[in-house]
Amino acid sequence: MNTADTAHNEGLSASPRAAELQLRDVSKRYAGQRDPAIRDLSLTVPAGEVCVLVGPSGSGKTTAMRLINRMIEPSGGDILLDGRSVLERDPGELRRQIGYVIQQIGLFPHQTVAENIATVPRLLGWDGERIAARVQELLELVDLDPEQMRGRYPSQLSGGQRQRVGVARALAADPPLMLMDEPFGAIDPINRARLQDEFLRLQAQVRKTIVFVTHDIDEAIKMGDRIAILREGGVLAQYDTPAEILDHPADDFVARFVGADRALKRLGLSTLADVELVAPNGVRPDGERVPLAMSVRDALSLLIAGGGQPLTVLDGDGAGGDHTDDDGGEESERVVGLFTLDALGGLLEHAAAAGAPRAEQS
Amino acid sequence: MNPLAAAGPVIPNYRSASSSCVVHNHLFCTEWIAHNWSPILWPALRQHILLTVVAVALGFLIAGALALLAHRHGWVERPTIMLTTILYTIPSLALFELLVAPVGANVIAAEIALVSYTLLILFRNIVTGLREVPADVREAAEGMGMSRRQVLLRVELPLALPAIVAGLRIATVTIIALATIVYVVCNQGLGVPIHTALGEGPFKTELIAAGGLAILLALVADALLVGMQWLLTPWLRARSA
Repeated sequence: MNTADTAHNEGLSASPRAAELQLRDVSKRYAGQRDPAIRDLSLTVPAGEVCVLVGPSGSGKTTAMRLINRMIEPSGGDILLDGRSVLERDPGELRRQIGYVIQQIGLFPHQTVAENIATVPRLLGWDGERIAARVQELLELVDLDPEQMRGRYPSQLSGGQRQRVGVARALAADPPLMLMDEPFGAIDPINRARLQDEFLRLQAQVRKTIVFVTHDIDEAIKMGDRIAILREGGVLAQYDTPAEILDHPADDFVARFVGADRALKRLGLSTLADVELVAPNGVRPDGERVPLAMSVRDALSLLIAGGGQPLTVLDGDGAGGDHTDDDGGEESERVVGLFTLDALGGLLEHAAAAGAPRAEQS
Repeated sequence: MNPLAAAGPVIPNYRSASSSCVVHNHLFCTEWIAHNWSPILWPALRQHILLTVVAVALGFLIAGALALLAHRHGWVERPTIMLTTILYTIPSLALFELLVAPVGANVIAAEIALVSYTLLILFRNIVTGLREVPADVREAAEGMGMSRRQVLLRVELPLALPAIVAGLRIATVTIIALATIVYVVCNQGLGVPIHTALGEGPFKTELIAAGGLAILLALVADALLVGMQWLLTPWLRARSA
């Protein structure tokens, strides 16, 4: 138990391995096509950050991702991983150092969960004991019961379980960079939201550099430390933090792509902790009770649904914060204030004045 | 020898066993089987098994090599299909005769003909099996840094196994049936007693025994291949626990 914990800390948390990724004027032109698929793409993903590539179909987001591990060879420019050009490296050796998750996951149907996860460690020639320990650790990390899951075949797993095994497999050799191509695209909306939350918790732990492709702007806003919006023809329209993109879209294309409700989406990035709440003195806190960690967007929705009745904000993260839950936890939570439409006004002015830094996601 | 037998009705190939069953041409005489198992049936069966195993094994090697080539270089597939289809459609007796001139009337001529009949079935099944490996599985394998060889050995071939075994089953049963006529060039296999029996007029025991052995051999071989696939593809047996 102790040794497993130590290995876990060494492998994932204490000294997380992540590398900076740099694309320099990368272009891709397919033979026989007039227009390039990717045009002079330059961006830097700092070590340990999630960069979401998002754009309509035909914007080359998947192509851009596949250039990084050389599943597609670039026609021009250079790609640096940890300062080293990927073009000078053997593609096989390079790919074994880059975690790879695709939408259909691509688990090997003829191998058990444990064998699937062991793929890259086996290619790297790890010994059996080290592989077994790593498989155990990864299954725990992605919240699957190792005893139950190790020997199962992919056909015996649910969609969500397959997705988690796919992530565990990509993390197996502790790669400094992960590429994820619409990893939640084939999952139903409810499970998708859960997997997204899980993934963010996981990322807070492993702190990998991640390139994440999606066509869903809401997913991009939720998952990304930075978002690269691509337009048709593989042109980078804007590369910024989600808050900055929502507050200051670079042009009409970006504004249209993020949607007319971008102010609301922006509210989704702030929590009630970012808002100046109304002091509860004098008013009886009988409105709906919500945790301080709730997003302003969700609080606004509740406020509207309740006909403008002020919401009672309790401190704490709202873990088990279902307000119908009466198991005593509620008593210890302090009322910090009331959320009203007036409080919202202040936030909007604030946001408009200075693209507020992105709220911590936790 | 029993002098009565010589004077009695014509009973070809009753050999040393002249029981009343044999003398009266009953449909099936176990005494005949007991007496002729070692001198006739068992050697024929053994030859038949050897003819089949050699033909299917050689055919599998040749078709497998061609299939791997076609898997790597797509243009190989069409000409190979055309050639093996032509081989497959040549009437077997004609093919045996054609082979006698260059290689002589021997077991080599027999094997060449038998092998040529396995190629189409095996080649098509192996190529199809390899092609039907899901694209996402192949992409994941490449994306994790497997070489083409590793993708083939660790992913594509195991997943193609059911299709490959299906081809082996059809090829094996086909060859067991076809091998009953190679007696025309090499006097081997269960075709020999069958041919003899056809000249025996009303006496049917030898025909039934030899023909029955061929059928039994086909069923056993098929069952063995099914069993082999069962052992080699545990993932197909795993259903939600």
